[in-house]
Formats: sequence, C-alpha cells, structure tokens
Amino acid sequence: MAFAVQSNKTGAPRTRRRPAHTGIAWLFLAPFAVIFVVFSAIPIISSLAISVTDMRSADLQTPFGVNFAGLENYVALLSDGNFVRAILNTLLFVVVGVPVTMAVGFALALVLNSGIRRFRSVFRGLFYAPVVTNIVSVALIWQYAFNQNGTVNEVLANLGFAGPNWLGDENLAMPVVILLGIWRNFGTAMLLFLAGLQSVPEDVQEAAALDGAGPWRRLWSMTIPLIMPTTLLVSVLLSVFFLQVFDEPYLLTNGGPLGSTESMALFTYHQFGFGNFGVSSAASFILLLIVAAVSALQFRLLRSRS
Amino acid sequence: MTSRLRPAVLYTALIVLALVTILPFIWVISGSLRTTSDIQANPGAWLPSEVTLDNFARLFSRNGFSTFLGNSVIVAIVIVIGNIIAASMAGFALAKLEFRGKRVAFAAVLIALMVPFSATFVPQFVVTVQLGLVDTLAGIALPSLVLPISIFIMRQFAASIPDELLEAARIDGANEVRIFFQIFLPLAGPAVATVTIMSFLASWNNFIWPLIVAQSADSYTLPVGLAAMSQAAQNVTDYGLVLAGAVIVMLPVLVLFLFLQRYFVQGIVSTGLK
Repeated sequence: MAFAVQSNKTGAPRTRRRPAHTGIAWLFLAPFAVIFVVFSAIPIISSLAISVTDMRSADLQTPFGVNFAGLENYVALLSDGNFVRAILNTLLFVVVGVPVTMAVGFALALVLNSGIRRFRSVFRGLFYAPVVTNIVSVALIWQYAFNQNGTVNEVLANLGFAGPNWLGDENLAMPVVILLGIWRNFGTAMLLFLAGLQSVPEDVQEAAALDGAGPWRRLWSMTIPLIMPTTLLVSVLLSVFFLQVFDEPYLLTNGGPLGSTESMALFTYHQFGFGNFGVSSAASFILLLIVAAVSALQFRLLRSRS
Repeated sequence: MTSRLRPAVLYTALIVLALVTILPFIWVISGSLRTTSDIQANPGAWLPSEVTLDNFARLFSRNGFSTFLGNSVIVAIVIVIGNIIAASMAGFALAKLEFRGKRVAFAAVLIALMVPFSATFVPQFVVTVQLGLVDTLAGIALPSLVLPISIFIMRQFAASIPDELLEAARIDGANEVRIFFQIFLPLAGPAVATVTIMSFLASWNNFIWPLIVAQSADSYTLPVGLAAMSQAAQNVTDYGLVLAGAVIVMLPVLVLFLFLQRYFVQGIVSTGLK
C-alpha cells in the first residue's frame, strides 16, 4: 500500500507500473479471501474478544449476550496451578523435543548427503514416513507398546528387568510422549537440512580438504556455519510445532496422569470441552502470543531469504 | 577409520535406525493380521502365529466404520478440489498480477500459515455454529478449502514462469482470465500434483478439527472414529479390530508416499524453505 500513497500524493516519479489488474486479481483471490475472513481473521479477533467475557457453551446461540469480564480470565489462569503446569510442560516439550529432533535430523541429513552413495532416496523415504503417517494409528501402537503388559516391557522382561507402567507413571509418561513427538518430526528436520546441505558448494569443501582440513574440521568450520540459515529456520519451525503440541498427549495420555503431560493446547481443548469458552480463549490467546513471538522470527527469516 | 570400513558402519547404523523408525508400522500391520487370542497370549510377538483377515471382515461389518471411511473420502475429495481451484487462482494472482492490496493479500496468506490452530479453534467453532454447520461434513471441510500451503506452492510455481510468455499473450490481446486458463494452468501440472498430495494429506490426517466439529458418529471421519473405537476398546481390549482400523487409516497415505515421494519432498521443502 505504501507505494500507492506515495504516487497519489506527490506525483513523485513512479518506480512501479500502475497496478493494472486490481479487479481481476481480487476475483482470483476471492475464494481465499472469503475463507480467510471467516475462518482466520474473524476467529483471531473474536478469540481476543471472547477471552475477556464469561462466555460458556450455553451462550452459543446468543454470543453477543455475554458479560464483559475484563482480565478476570487471564488473572484466574495465571494463578491456576494446572495452567502454569501446562505452560511448563509445553516448554519442556520444546526444550527437549526441538534439540533432539534437530540433532537426529541433522545427523541423518549429513550421512544421506555425503556419507553414502546408494539407496539415498530409500532411506530418506523410510525416515520421512512417520511425518506423513496418521498420528491416531501410530499413537494406538505406542499405547499398546508402552502398556504395563506391552511390547516394551516384554522385551525388558526378557532382559531380566521388570518394566514400569510407562504411561501411567507421572515421571515416565512425559518422556514417552516427547519421544513420539520426536519420532514424528525428525523426518521434517532431516528433509530441510538435506535441502540446506545441497546448497553448500562442493568445490569449497574440496578446496578445504586439499588444504588439509579433516572431515570433522570441515563440518565444524564450514558446513555448520554455511547452513546457519537452515538451522535457524528448522529450529523456529520445530519450536512452533512443539509449542502447539496436542495430538501426542491427547492420544497417549489425555494429559494425565495427574496433568503431568497436559500441554497448553490440550488445556485449551479441555476448558473448551468443559464449556468454559472464555477461559479457553484466554489460554489460547496466551499461546498465540508465545507462538507469534516465535513466528515473527520465522517471518523475518523467510523474508530475508526471498 | 579406513575408507572401506566407513560406509559399512554408516549403512549398518542407517539400517538399524530405519528399522527402529518403521517398527510401529510393522507392529500395526502384523497386529492387524493376528487373532485377538493370539495378541492376548503373546503381546510382545513380532509376527502372527497364524495370519487372519478376520479383523478386517469384522471391522467392515461393524456399524459405522464404512460411514467413517466414506466421510473421510468425501471430505478429502472436496478439500483437494477446492485447493486445486482456489490455490491456483490465488497463487497466479500473487505471483503474476500487479494490483492494489497485493501486500495485504500476501500478509493474509502468511498469517493464515502461521497462526496456530490451537489458538483459534474456539472462535472457529463458534463461527461454525453460527453458520449452522456443526456436525456436518461441510463444517469439517470448509476451513481447509484453501490451505495457505497450497497457495505458497502455486505462487512459487507461477513465479517460475517467465513474464515474457505472459506479455506475449497480452500483446496478442488475451485477457488475464484467458492467460490463466490457456497458459498458466496447462503448465501447472507438477504444482497441481504437489497441491493435490499436500491437501489430501492435510485432510486425511486432520484430527483435532473433525474431533471438535463432528459430534455424532454419523459425521466422524476415520481418525476420529478410530480414536473413539480405541477408547471403547480399552475396556474390551479388542486390539485386533482397532489395529485393522489403524491399517485402513495409514494405508492410503503410505501407498501414495511410496509412489509419489518426490511430490511430498517438494511440498515440504518449498513451504519450509521459501
């Protein structure tokens, strides 16, 4: 919009052609615009609006008849031990999940890019398969595997250990849930790192090798600095994924036992299920702020690349 | 490490890791082919003691499962067609047309891409209620009818078409609608394929939104129906039946992925990196 104002007011020499296709372009964009307004713009604005009301599910037919509650929902949330726990659980997801997912993805990308010559796309496909797989199916088998009498404990029993009830234990449930998150996402990290590595020029590597730099040295002093933009991008993308984590804890534990795996998104969903729309919106708005902060970084990265 | 030893070590490590990665798939498939008594007798076994298709037969004779499958297929078809049409139009406009509000339109795509679903589903649900679409397939499909990822893919593809090609057509007197249909669309095959795959994947695997919108079993999609079945099965431990359902949910995507890997790769790389 900036250039339109500039050209209209001062008649300064235009550097761009006059927009010739405004009508037809918006016709092309109309389906997206309608869906965006109805399912993104209005919800984002009303999310904030609902969060300062006492709206409950009973108010659905008369959404404008609710009472203004100010910041009550926010104050109540931040003094609610369950919500604080959900924030801490979500941060644990990010702090553990993101680095491990990135490390696995990077190591695999490195090996697939320059360690082996054959079967690259076969391995790439196998490692990426979890990303495209339906999470409900997979969570079923994880539940089954980590049951008291499940496969994991069966294996442990054969080795002479008595396995715990993984998903029923306050301290052990979270690691299993995080593990599912890592399993599901490392393929994405691998693929993005592979794309990043392929942009590292071969001849630079060869020149360094001729100068006597060993493989580890080249990795530390050349490859890693050269793919820094990819690394940043992957870390932001994965942080946004893990901040919103819902499917894994919902399907494996539904947030239990005793709230030990409840994420912010799951807390929001549960409040929604209880009919507390106001509280649920306030919780989701706090999550939105956190994700927005991380996304702002992503946005800048995307812009600087294009 | 000698140069001959290194690849052997790497291949071994890769094979072991790949096996661990696909272990859940093997378990699901092998479990779906076992009898319930076999599963209960040997919960840790890798292979069926006898192969049976009984679980699948019971699954399809069960009330509801065919409905879930049909719902998932209908929703996926609607979403894929919607994405192909709307995203190719939007992508073409964003990449190739000069118009007022272009930056606003592009910002909207980015916002749609980045705003977390978990932050907006409550008001989205309220909107859906107001539209009278709760517990309908239309309510499930509508928000995904034009995915921002699809627009990104189309825009990126459109940007790769040389401007000279379009200018030549304009000089010959073609308007933008004709250019879109006669020049852009015939070239857009690979981008349409990527959009088809990505939007099918998003639709088929979508879980939380159908879970919220579908309130009765009549409008459950497969993942929601499967989750409901498995919650019921925890009381009766009919794992065979549930795992057969899991295979039906996984299979279409895995088969597509097996044959069309490069489109999946293109989709993720173009949206993640550009």
